[in-house]
Amino acid sequence: MSDKVKGTTTTITTGDAPAPSRELSAQERAWEENTLRPTLEKSPERQKEFTTISGYPIRRLYTPADLPGWDPNRDLGYPGEPPYTRGIHSTMHRGRLWTMRQFAGFGTAEDTNQRFRYLLAQGQTGLSTAFDLPTLMGYDSDHPLSEGEVGKCGVAISSLADMEVLFDKIPLANVTTSMTINSPAAVIWAMYLAVAEQQGADWKKLSGTLQNDILKEYIAQKEYIYPPEPSMRLVIDTFEFGVKNTPKFNPISISGYHIREAGSTAIQELAFTLRDGMEYVEYGMRRGLDVDQFVPQLSFFFNAHNDFFEEIAKYRAARRIWHKAMVERYGAKNPRTWALRFHTQTAGCSLTAQQPYNNVVRTALQAMAAVLGGTQSLHTNSLDEAWALPTEFAATIALRTQQIIAHETGVTNTVDPLGGSYFVETLTNEVERGAWDYIEKIDAMGGMVPAIERSYPQREIAEASYKYQVAVDKKEKIIVGVNDYVAPEKRLDILQIDESVARRQAERLSKLRADRSKAEVDRRLNALRKAAEGKDNLMPFLFDAVKSYATVGEICDALRQVFGTYEEVAIT
Amino acid sequence: MPEKKIRVLIAKPGLDGHDRGAKIIARALRDAGMEVIYTGLRQTPEMIASAAVQEDVDVIGLSILSGAHNTICPQLMTLLREKGMNDVTVLVGGIIPEADIPAMKQSGIAEIFLPGTSTQDIVTFIHKRLAR
Repeated sequence: MSDKVKGTTTTITTGDAPAPSRELSAQERAWEENTLRPTLEKSPERQKEFTTISGYPIRRLYTPADLPGWDPNRDLGYPGEPPYTRGIHSTMHRGRLWTMRQFAGFGTAEDTNQRFRYLLAQGQTGLSTAFDLPTLMGYDSDHPLSEGEVGKCGVAISSLADMEVLFDKIPLANVTTSMTINSPAAVIWAMYLAVAEQQGADWKKLSGTLQNDILKEYIAQKEYIYPPEPSMRLVIDTFEFGVKNTPKFNPISISGYHIREAGSTAIQELAFTLRDGMEYVEYGMRRGLDVDQFVPQLSFFFNAHNDFFEEIAKYRAARRIWHKAMVERYGAKNPRTWALRFHTQTAGCSLTAQQPYNNVVRTALQAMAAVLGGTQSLHTNSLDEAWALPTEFAATIALRTQQIIAHETGVTNTVDPLGGSYFVETLTNEVERGAWDYIEKIDAMGGMVPAIERSYPQREIAEASYKYQVAVDKKEKIIVGVNDYVAPEKRLDILQIDESVARRQAERLSKLRADRSKAEVDRRLNALRKAAEGKDNLMPFLFDAVKSYATVGEICDALRQVFGTYEEVAIT
Repeated sequence: MPEKKIRVLIAKPGLDGHDRGAKIIARALRDAGMEVIYTGLRQTPEMIASAAVQEDVDVIGLSILSGAHNTICPQLMTLLREKGMNDVTVLVGGIIPEADIPAMKQSGIAEIFLPGTSTQDIVTFIHKRLAR
């Protein structure tokens, strides 16, 4: 029972081994003998082993002995300074609360514009746009493959005309906007910039984020259109354009959220996201961009899953890893290059269809972890999202969750409140070590693009997700209301989106095609195709195309003709 | 003579790329001794119906999280009938509002499995349904 073996903590990536032994002080040995042993004899612990949700073993008690050689100045530091363990700003949420940025979008641009303005009026401090599947996949609302899908998972945007309606009465100069779009990201960004121009907003001051992270599409979200090389070219085009034209805009949100949703562990989420980040840095540098100029504009996006402390450790480790990588791998000298900025979303995959009001609690606890982990921006899920897109009622509770954390709990009163906790610092070290293991494995494969081509991250995720499901099916992992504490269900009122959205979009597209100059559209699409065949930055060509009211589908098709399309090798 | 294995087609119809569930079910059914063919992403009802005929499957499992089920399912059921696949068991998993379930069952879908279903429940259902 008492570990008398002296040892050092070892790297654990799968959590299959028990928590490694470490040295016991005389006092701890005495505690084990005099106080712990009688307790265990009277009542053994509830489980043989306690692990994080990712399977990492957790010991009963953490003491200074778990941190041999830990140097607070080197490993913890101060907020706003390397290694950024405690946060990237010296005052963190005392200085400025995280942006309350609720992901929203459904139906037509009018529907979403209304929800945007409602959420802003309710106190959210930034916008985040969900697009429907046709838009995400580069199809117009009236394309045959769009049937049944228009406006269902997000807003239908087929042209600049729709984008203009989306941001009606929303001054882009004053509101930061995030857009969750990947393969057609550059196209949608061009539309956004066109609307900003129409509104008279100064691009140099425009602030917001484009998700635009194609690597995680191949790994997890699977909303790819084109093969990896031309897709990376498009992404780097946005970086290059962003450095020159939109210095305050994040042209990418390098994402772990989706990797986690696909079933990865926390360490995999962290490692694959940061290694994706490094891949983008390398591609950018190969383009000739200055690491200290473009990397400060790259942002990140993590999941906030159920295991409270594992998530907090993950965010702290993320900052430390990124700083180290930027300095050691790329010689970055700008502190803004070193400081990892991230948005967080609470875990959609943790929400249950059963007893949906329990989801309010899950979301609140997950949000709390993100705040304690030092997030810059946060989306909280709605209680009904295992059933449908959120109703206004549910979306309001989700926003209030953040406001309550911010104003009623006191957790924002000090920076990095958990800093110095033996448990949290140990877990941060271990999560970091586990992530570096994966990062180095991917390095050895030649980088993330080669790793994706041999399906390495995809297989790791499939394995982790299956392992988790087996544990749930066996009731080794309890999900309240689902495999335990089950009760008769009451039907929930959910948001319904019907085919009238598709019909409206079809009418508008007919009108658009009739009103615009076909000759001009064709001319600009030809210019785009020609540029795509060469090496020019495509952003100016996309900007021209969207301003002629070429549609999302037409533009993406022009690029399909040049780049081809991608089919994955399915791993089950 | 060995008993013929149950043949299952797991399909992702429509534009949605979220395949975590489909892949887990495919593996669970394989582990339960069934022969499983996974179509991969972005299949049209035509592609799924053709694959079902070609692979001569006993069961088709559709994974739909996109809200497009009221369009996709009737189209698939019609195609299956046209191709004479009247005995195939069609199952749906994913995000399906309860209000839509009766119509889906009316159209011939044998069962709809919502979030929270265990893989064992699906295996048991298939075995019972095919009485093997």
